[in-house]
Order: sequence, then structure tokens, then C-alpha cells
Amino acid sequence: MNPLRMTTPTDTTIEIIRSFAAPRSLVWRAHTEPELVKRWLTGPTGHTMPECEIDLRVGGTYRYVWEWPEGRMSATGTFREIVPERRLLLTETFDFLPHSETLVEQVFTESGGRTTVEMNLHYDSKATRDGVLQSPMDEGLEASYCSLDALISETM
Amino acid sequence: MVKLDSVFHALADPTRRAILARLIEGEATVDEIREPFAMSQPSISRHLKVLEQAGLISARIEGTSRPRRIEPVAFAVIEDWLEQYRAIWQANYARLDEVLTELKLKDDAT
Repeated sequence: MNPLRMTTPTDTTIEIIRSFAAPRSLVWRAHTEPELVKRWLTGPTGHTMPECEIDLRVGGTYRYVWEWPEGRMSATGTFREIVPERRLLLTETFDFLPHSETLVEQVFTESGGRTTVEMNLHYDSKATRDGVLQSPMDEGLEASYCSLDALISETM
Repeated sequence: MVKLDSVFHALADPTRRAILARLIEGEATVDEIREPFAMSQPSISRHLKVLEQAGLISARIEGTSRPRRIEPVAFAVIEDWLEQYRAIWQANYARLDEVLTELKLKDDAT
């Protein structure tokens, strides 16, 4: 299996990098066509994605629903920037954290028939600073992103 | 009992992270912890209380002082959380590998 690299380049960012033995056109399709996304973006074992809607245009929205034996959750967001087969910039909000918005950037590059996906999750710290986030769970997640960098450098 | 949200709240503050960095080097008294900071003892004590409530540090009584030290359990909880996140994406991308293999076969066939 190809190795996955997960780092925390800044206090509010998680970066995940992974390469795939496929041309960029196919990797792009697998990220943007609902019938394909449903098959792999399912998270932990035992979870499925019964609903997946993607309106792939700037300002268009997407909606993912995950189900598992004990529960169900969803994520929604809006496409901010789309450069076909090269770059996606979208927002992401989970139903259990309705006031928390993460900015997700995905960059697709191809070299020698392989495609690398760089995914950056930027946590919206301004919203946090403005006190939008109130629930303990929001606070936990907010703080987790803020402190990941420190954790890596100070404790590992 | 270590609770993840209180751990993350405790870690969200740069002063508290600096205190932890100091305690990783070894046990220290409040005065020793306070030394590098331009901060009153009550302020430092408030930070220490947050860290203690999160289960990240503990205090023991030694005469009149209460030296603080790191609680390794809390760090294990955080590492678990990060590891779960990584595991989810490893699983996602392993499935994506299979989807891509199938797409390539279809492409080659046409």
C-alpha cells in the first residue's frame, strides 16, 4: 500500500499527502463523481455512504451521508474554486458541528503516470476567535487543530 | 479520567503548551514553572489548574510546595485520536486504490 503522510504545517492546518497508481483524470473523477465517491470515502470499517450529492460548480454544494449500525452523520459544503483535474477548494461542515467550517484544499499533480493528492484542512480559527463555536465538542475540535502543531513538536 | 475535549482546550493556549514543554524536562515547582513567564502567580496557578483538570499534569505534596509533573496518560489519548484520524484516511485511500484499478481497466478496455 502507498504510504500516507500526515503533517501539521501550521497551528490550524492538517495536511495529508498520498499518491495513487493512476492518471490524474481518473483520480479527479473518483473525487467528484458521486457514484465513485460513495465507494471509497466511507471512513471507518462498517460505515457506508448511502447518499452522496455533488453539484460540481463554483458556488455549488455537496452533501455526504454516512451510516453505520448505531448511527448516521452528514457533511455539507460549497465549492469555492474548481480547476478541473488540478485543484478543488471547498468548505466542509459536519451536522454535529453546525457552526464549524473547515476549508479543504485538494491539489492533484501527475508525474510518470502516478497522481499525488495533497489535501489541506484549514480550520476556521477566525470563527473560533469570534466566539461562534459554543459547544464543548466544537471547542474540543477547535482546540485540537490549534494544538496539533504544538503536540507534534513538543510531545512526540 | 482523561477527557479529550478538556485536553484540547488545555492545549489550545500557548502559555499552557510552554508549561508542558517545561514539565516534559522534569518535575518543577510553581516558582520554577513561573520563572520564564512575565506572569503573576495566580495567573500561572489558573493555567496549572486547567492542565490538572484535563489530566495532563498532576501535583504531589512535598513539604510546603506542590511540584507538578506530566501525566503520560493524557498524551496517549491525543496520540490515539491522531492515529484514528490517520487510520480513517488510510482506509479511505486503500479503497480509492481499488476504485482506480477498476477505472483503469475499464479505460483500457475501451
